[in-house]
Amino acid sequence: MSDIKYILGLFEDPDDMMNGIDKLQDNDISVYDVYTPMPIHGIEDKLGVKRSRLDIVAFICGITGTCTGFGMIYFMLVMDWPMNVGGKPNFAIPDFIPITFELTVLFCAFGMVAAFFYRTHLFPGRAPRVMELRATTDRFVIAIDANKGFDNQKIDNLLKEAGAIEIKHNDRKYVSYE
Amino acid sequence: MSSHNESILREPLITGKDITYAKITDDVLWPVENKPNRAWWIGFIVAAMGACLWLFAVSYTFWNGIGAWGLNKTVGWAWDITGFVWWVGIGHAGTLISAVLLLFRQKWRNSINRSAEAMTIFAVICAATYVVSHMGRPWLAYWPLPLPNQFGSLWVNFNSPLVWDVFAISTYFSVSLVFWYVGLLPDIATIRDRATGLKRRIYSILSFGWTGSVKTWQRFETVSLILAGVATPLVLSVHTIVSMDFATSLIPGWHTTIFPPYFVAGAIFSGFAMVQTLLLVTRKVLGLENYITMFHIESMNKIIVLTGSIVGVAYLSEFFIAWYSGVEGEQYTFLHRFTGPYWWAGCFMYGCNVVMPQLFWFKKIRTNIAISWCLSIVVNIGMWFERFVIIVLSLNRDYLPSSWAMFYPTWVDISVFVGSIGVFFTLFLLFIRVLPSVAMAEVRLILKSSSEQAKKKLMKEGKVNEAEAEYYVESLNAYDSVEQADYVKI
Repeated sequence: MSDIKYILGLFEDPDDMMNGIDKLQDNDISVYDVYTPMPIHGIEDKLGVKRSRLDIVAFICGITGTCTGFGMIYFMLVMDWPMNVGGKPNFAIPDFIPITFELTVLFCAFGMVAAFFYRTHLFPGRAPRVMELRATTDRFVIAIDANKGFDNQKIDNLLKEAGAIEIKHNDRKYVSYE
Repeated sequence: MSSHNESILREPLITGKDITYAKITDDVLWPVENKPNRAWWIGFIVAAMGACLWLFAVSYTFWNGIGAWGLNKTVGWAWDITGFVWWVGIGHAGTLISAVLLLFRQKWRNSINRSAEAMTIFAVICAATYVVSHMGRPWLAYWPLPLPNQFGSLWVNFNSPLVWDVFAISTYFSVSLVFWYVGLLPDIATIRDRATGLKRRIYSILSFGWTGSVKTWQRFETVSLILAGVATPLVLSVHTIVSMDFATSLIPGWHTTIFPPYFVAGAIFSGFAMVQTLLLVTRKVLGLENYITMFHIESMNKIIVLTGSIVGVAYLSEFFIAWYSGVEGEQYTFLHRFTGPYWWAGCFMYGCNVVMPQLFWFKKIRTNIAISWCLSIVVNIGMWFERFVIIVLSLNRDYLPSSWAMFYPTWVDISVFVGSIGVFFTLFLLFIRVLPSVAMAEVRLILKSSSEQAKKKLMKEGKVNEAEAEYYVESLNAYDSVEQADYVKI
């Protein structure tokens, strides 16, 4: 068993990288993850990544905001301290709409982004778990777990065939740790 | 994303030769990774002096009270609210570019959205400072919030547009900030992975540990899209509510039902003018001509002429309704804009906002950088006068001729306004030094389909219709970042 933990294929062109994923998968080699400097459309289907459910979170948070906003105003103006303003009705629904709407948006945006950060483990000060430093600049990186019993030579050849400009055998997972 | 080819008829969004993903990063991060040049220092020192003036004038106001301003018992609202509405309006273009154009899949937004959103945030900060400083007793600024209090929980009046405004502006500011910061994460990670030492540590904290894995990007795109979806009605609601501060009152010139759409159009109008003012200088100073191209400039000018004309239609409707209402006070208010002592302010408003932008119907003017910049300044001035005319001219001649008065700003009024511009530019100049002023990840996205080099390659390979290619090359004439000579041989 060698010390190699991960094999990285560095591509200059996203289309070549997609080609590389196809080649690996045709040979039953599973991809650990892919790191890219920009979103790649269509890669989720290829790697079998399920669709994000953040839209559901956003909807639930938004509805919570709607209920909170409307409920708060109803409690304060209608139940707790109804005021007589020129004999106008206390329960003036049209007047409640602007703040109800604002709180819907506020809850939706903050709830969804909080869920995004929580699920993706993003928070200030988190040590970046980067396998290849150029993956955030100009390299499209396919990472393959080297300890899964695949033929390393074969992986190298497949990546090269697809157009990888550099192949790295990393003996540790994250190069960003000092 | 097997690259499909975009129609040759569309103008390129990235110009220049040999643009690679690495070159985009180098170009955009140049100001962040190098020492600032002299132009930046001069701009920063001038802006910081303005910010100091602002600090002094606002402190003076807090110490002495609102009496330091030129307000009187007839004109009780003047430059403060003018400045507030002006800044909030300017902020709106940033959200429009980042959210509305995202929903419409306008790819040209990719290279201007970052700086426009930053502009939104700084403009809303300037607007918020006006709100706080005009309160007179700023230490009681929390009173519009629905907090339990010593009056037996007498809650705030949720029927009041001023309370709506508190919620609208604070939601707008915080959602814009979140939208902007989420978009920044991948680009901060780029700076982090290129830097060393302390800089790397700082950007490491700011990057939240971004890696750019498949799942992260997928969620990122979902979040961006939904944030754009909620920010779009939000931005419309904010200026609608700002307009209701006036429209729900009983003052002639204010209580106009057309105010919400009219204010929203005006906000987009003034915001795009400010984006144009900033970006025409930024692209030159930071050398971003290849990313913010003539197409971007022309598109923004088109939006300016469109929204300026919508504002013009709103002005006409106001005049018509004033006449049609048959109410003498209403009619007088609108005539007074041309015949009263403030006739010159009326001329600035109508001239700068409706007449001058019509020049943008000519392509020669739309694609001329110097004229575009001057006109963007004209629009900024015009939109300031629009708020001044609406606010002061509706107040200074009220129902009782014996109380008619003029508004004369004091040095404090002027310093707070000039100073707020200084605050804005100080923040903007700091932003372009420490954060990428162009959304790199999003620009990379359009490199293979919409760049000049990709289109040139198509032409070389003979994959395009000759007439169409000719049209395309002709359209590049207006670009200052394209060398026409390259196309002669093709």
